Amino acid sequence: MRVESSISRNAPADGQKEGWDGAANTGHVLTPGELDLSHKVMLYLDDITVSFDGFRALNQLSLQIDAGELRCIIGPNGAGKTTMMDVITGKTRPDSGKAFFGQTIDLTRLTEPQIAHAGIGRKFQKPTIFEHHTVFENLELALKTDKRVKKSLFARLFGDDLDKIADTLRLIRLDDQADRPAGLLSHGQKQWLEIGMLLVQDPKLLLLDEPVAGMTDDETERTAELFVSLKGKHSLVVVEHDMAFVEALGGKVTVLCEGSVLAEGDLATVQADPRVIEVYLGR
Amino acid sequence: MKRLLLILSLAIGLGAGAVRADVAPEVLKGLASEDFDAKQGAVAALAEAGDADAARLLKALSDDAVAVAGDKLVIVAGEQVLDAANGKQLKPAPASPDSISLNNSLRQQVDGALAALRLLSIDKAERLAAAKALLADMGDGAALLPLFDKALKQEQDGDIKPILVQLQAQASLASPDAALRLQAVQTLGQSSSPAVKALLLPLIEKQGDTFAEPDEKVRLAAQTAIKAIDGRLVWSDMAGQVFTGISLGSILLLAALGLAITYGVMGVINMAHGELLMVGAYSAYAMQALFRSRFPDFVDYYVVAAVPVAFFVAAAVGMLMERTVIRHLYGRPLETLLATWGLSLVLIQAARLLFGAQNVEVANPAWMSGGVQLAENLSLPWNRLVIVAFSGFVLLVVWLLMNKTRLGMFVRAVTQNRPMAGCVGVPTARIDTLAFGIGSGIAGLGGVALSQIANVGPDMGQGYIVDSFMVVVLGGVGQLAGAVWAALGLGVVTKFLEGWAGAVIAKILVLVFIIIFIQKRPQGLFALKGRFVD
Amino acid sequence: MRTPVSVKLVAGLGPRGWLAVAAVFVAAWVLVPLAHLMLPESHPLHISTYAITLIGKILCYAVVAVAMDLIWGFGGILSLGHGLFFALGGYSFGMYLMRQIGRDGSYGADIPDFMVFLDWKELPWYWSGTDSFLWCLLLAVAVPGAIAWIFGYFAFRSRIKGVYFSIITQAMTYAAMLFFFRNETGFGGNNGFTDFKRILGYSITAPETRVVLFGLSVTLLLGTLILGKALIASKFGRVLTAIRDAENRVMFIGYNPLHYKLFIWTVSAMLCGLAGALYVPQVGIINPSEMSVANSIEIAIWVAVGGRGTLVGPIFGAGIVNLSKTWFTTSFPEYWLFFLGLLFILVTLYLPEGVAGLWAKIKARRAEKAALAAARAEAAAVPAAPRTPAAPDSKIPNGTAAKGA
Repeated sequence: MRVESSISRNAPADGQKEGWDGAANTGHVLTPGELDLSHKVMLYLDDITVSFDGFRALNQLSLQIDAGELRCIIGPNGAGKTTMMDVITGKTRPDSGKAFFGQTIDLTRLTEPQIAHAGIGRKFQKPTIFEHHTVFENLELALKTDKRVKKSLFARLFGDDLDKIADTLRLIRLDDQADRPAGLLSHGQKQWLEIGMLLVQDPKLLLLDEPVAGMTDDETERTAELFVSLKGKHSLVVVEHDMAFVEALGGKVTVLCEGSVLAEGDLATVQADPRVIEVYLGR
Repeated sequence: MKRLLLILSLAIGLGAGAVRADVAPEVLKGLASEDFDAKQGAVAALAEAGDADAARLLKALSDDAVAVAGDKLVIVAGEQVLDAANGKQLKPAPASPDSISLNNSLRQQVDGALAALRLLSIDKAERLAAAKALLADMGDGAALLPLFDKALKQEQDGDIKPILVQLQAQASLASPDAALRLQAVQTLGQSSSPAVKALLLPLIEKQGDTFAEPDEKVRLAAQTAIKAIDGRLVWSDMAGQVFTGISLGSILLLAALGLAITYGVMGVINMAHGELLMVGAYSAYAMQALFRSRFPDFVDYYVVAAVPVAFFVAAAVGMLMERTVIRHLYGRPLETLLATWGLSLVLIQAARLLFGAQNVEVANPAWMSGGVQLAENLSLPWNRLVIVAFSGFVLLVVWLLMNKTRLGMFVRAVTQNRPMAGCVGVPTARIDTLAFGIGSGIAGLGGVALSQIANVGPDMGQGYIVDSFMVVVLGGVGQLAGAVWAALGLGVVTKFLEGWAGAVIAKILVLVFIIIFIQKRPQGLFALKGRFVD
Repeated sequence: MRTPVSVKLVAGLGPRGWLAVAAVFVAAWVLVPLAHLMLPESHPLHISTYAITLIGKILCYAVVAVAMDLIWGFGGILSLGHGLFFALGGYSFGMYLMRQIGRDGSYGADIPDFMVFLDWKELPWYWSGTDSFLWCLLLAVAVPGAIAWIFGYFAFRSRIKGVYFSIITQAMTYAAMLFFFRNETGFGGNNGFTDFKRILGYSITAPETRVVLFGLSVTLLLGTLILGKALIASKFGRVLTAIRDAENRVMFIGYNPLHYKLFIWTVSAMLCGLAGALYVPQVGIINPSEMSVANSIEIAIWVAVGGRGTLVGPIFGAGIVNLSKTWFTTSFPEYWLFFLGLLFILVTLYLPEGVAGLWAKIKARRAEKAALAAARAEAAAVPAAPRTPAAPDSKIPNGTAAKGA
């Protein structure tokens, strides 16, 4: 793990709660493996390039997410949004470029479980929950604990953990379905279960790929409320096509096109940008 | 004693060569005597003489047609009795001639002399044939040495001369003169024949405490010569192994190509694939039987008929399997493994009941027997050459089918993205059946090829199933090139490893290699790349 | 909210389960010995030597079937080479039995007959210590375990899954079989080990010995069941089934599938090794054909017939298939392979949940009928108040039943 000499972007983004102590300009001891947020940068992608057999999915993509921020990523299909998430979570290795979690954790060198353990949680486009396990068991599995084999052989659920699961069940409104096999839930309920699994994982960075696809308006509104309540304590990156939802979230917006960043700013600015209108939003 | 006679005969021969005369009376006397040594001397003299009379007499000796009649030596030629000296017919025929007896070494000597005499024939073809025959089996070289010397002096032809040189050298190995032996060894060192190496080896061996070869210079020369021959042999050995490897690879290719197609299109590993090979082999057997009984004149072409028959029978069996079993297990690859294993058991048992549990005999047609001799120790069998060519032909046809026909395009589409292909209107169910049929048919062709070089029995397919799988795993799916390179590569590598470490270790090493290779490149050698491959 | 199952401390077996275990245990160690040793042969309840040996053998197979269910039914890993671990356990223990022949072999030498035949003067190094019962028992567990661990580590690490993995396990056992067929490897070549005389000082063919071995087989099977149930009921089991269903997802939650798969794979191999060790003294012979590909694939069909993912089902699967095999090979030998082949085909096509699944369906149907009948009776008793029939809870399948490949 190297110490990355950071480009100083110390000023917190607008609307962000000041949740971090000002360790930015003082020296501090680094613990290897621990997330170092001394410069308030949660995720740092620099010049990431990914090619599949000649087709450039990501083209020198540079992006930065601050600690506690809620960022929305929009863009046409094939822009590389999912590939970007694949790179962050370790599913795809970039051909070139840097990807750092905090100051020191090099994402291009870790495996998927290691990255998940470091504190990055992902929700997939298609709800991928465990169909044969009950709702409760799904949450139990995702719970932030020691996930090694030895621990799992003798694992017991104690008070804190049970409470956490119970709270989450209430939050995602599935507390009366706790013993139901997850495969029997409706599509919207599955989406919520997956969000719940993400919550109990207690990640520092949440990656959400089209979280409200297929949800009713009501569910969409609740989801927006949930995400807004999360920001500050967690950082969120939301990929979406639903502009109303993006507006409700209210965070900074990044537009991706053909593998790199086309425009960045708040929603109004981006919506007025002629390039964005050209490739994505339409007239 | 022999040497004395040789010198004598040399003298006589020279004399006889100058003037064409009847066979010398001393020779006749020697032949008529009871003493085998004397007979040997006489034969040597005849060899030396080398003229037509001598040849005739030698020929008669070889045919056991020489006899003693009174005080004359005669040749019995059917009804006639000829004078041994000049070949003129004797009238009246003398009564009850006493046949001369020859022992084995005499016989060998006579044959050798006859062959050697042919070396002096006017006809080039006869000389060449005689030289080659002597090369294969010289008999008593020492006795023939003078003849070789004589022949060499006369020989002009560039094809025959080097053979004569070698014959002379080989004969000189037994010469008492060390200088001659040394020269012989040095000459022989130019050869690249394992037979020659075998001749030289005894020279450096020990008999008890002493070396067989007393002269040290000759020994050293022999060692150098052996090393030189080995050096040359190495290349032809390797070439031979490479060829056998390619031959094995071509069979693996036929066996695995069909599997690669069905796996690519349907994601189905067919455990009964080996049995499709068996079906093809038994089709060849059936064709052979049919031709033998109905068209015995064309029996050599049963293989040609077997090719389409095997293809269609195997394809039919494959399509039946697909329709009845495999299609219902779509999306459940592990269960397909088990169900197809069950199919293979049924097929094997059916073959046992139909054709018997023993291996059946499938013979190579005449035009596929024998081989091409490229070097002394490198002989490429015709049947394997034909199979390699056949595999190449099948590969070409499959390539054309896959890349130049609409059917092929559909197959490729379904392989790459089944749902999209379906959406665009490709009849995926029918393509599945057809692809399965083609894959099975190719396996049937592989079976025909196998029938020519391996045993045909009910469980012959079992031996190839693991190897076919390895080819598919190694080569990746979706491209023909992968299967080709993997099959040929595995064939060659296996053969080399076999020569070095034995068949079992070779197999284990290949397996370990594949596991390690898969670590680095799980999708195989040539796999479809892109976002959609998991 | 009800306390979920995961909090319960009982290791998977309910009170009825434990009762069944106890009953079987008693039957194996008390009733069977009585029936074999005390009753005369003419008595209808007498259990013959043939029966004891046959059932004992099938029990060992049943252990293998349960071990296979652990990796396949719950882990989604189809191994077509598990017979290798069984055979390795058998060979390891077989070494002890060969040493116990002592000087009673045909050559009267200190080393086994086949070594004398090969002109060997002394035992090779890997036979050292094999006159110790405990050492060979340890080998029977450790050797399959070690080989499984190494193989599994490399295979799972490179994320070889599904069909590819199955093929490679097949190649593994095939290569091992070829290796053991060679005479120079020092394991008896194609004859293997046979002609055993003694075990722990007792004659190996004595009825008392047979009875004890039988009891041990039952004990091993029960132990395997208990272990299996405990594993599956724990969090480990839930993670394992999650890996079976959606391995990628599990990785993104933070579990390393390699470790989980490797663990269950190794445990399964060790259980097979133990089963092999018990199998050899009962059957009296071990040779490389135990490592054949066909044998290993047959293990899969025991599990499929019995019912994947149920742990108990495969026991019945092993029993059904092996009893059928015995019957067929004595009465209609040419038809055995047809039967087996058709079994493979029909079970995978029409009975994906095996016999256990069939049984569960029958039970569910009965429960449904009973519930309906009860509801109708109530409705008849209170005609004024219309009631909707009780929701058929039995339709919701059990959480961890396996479906699909």
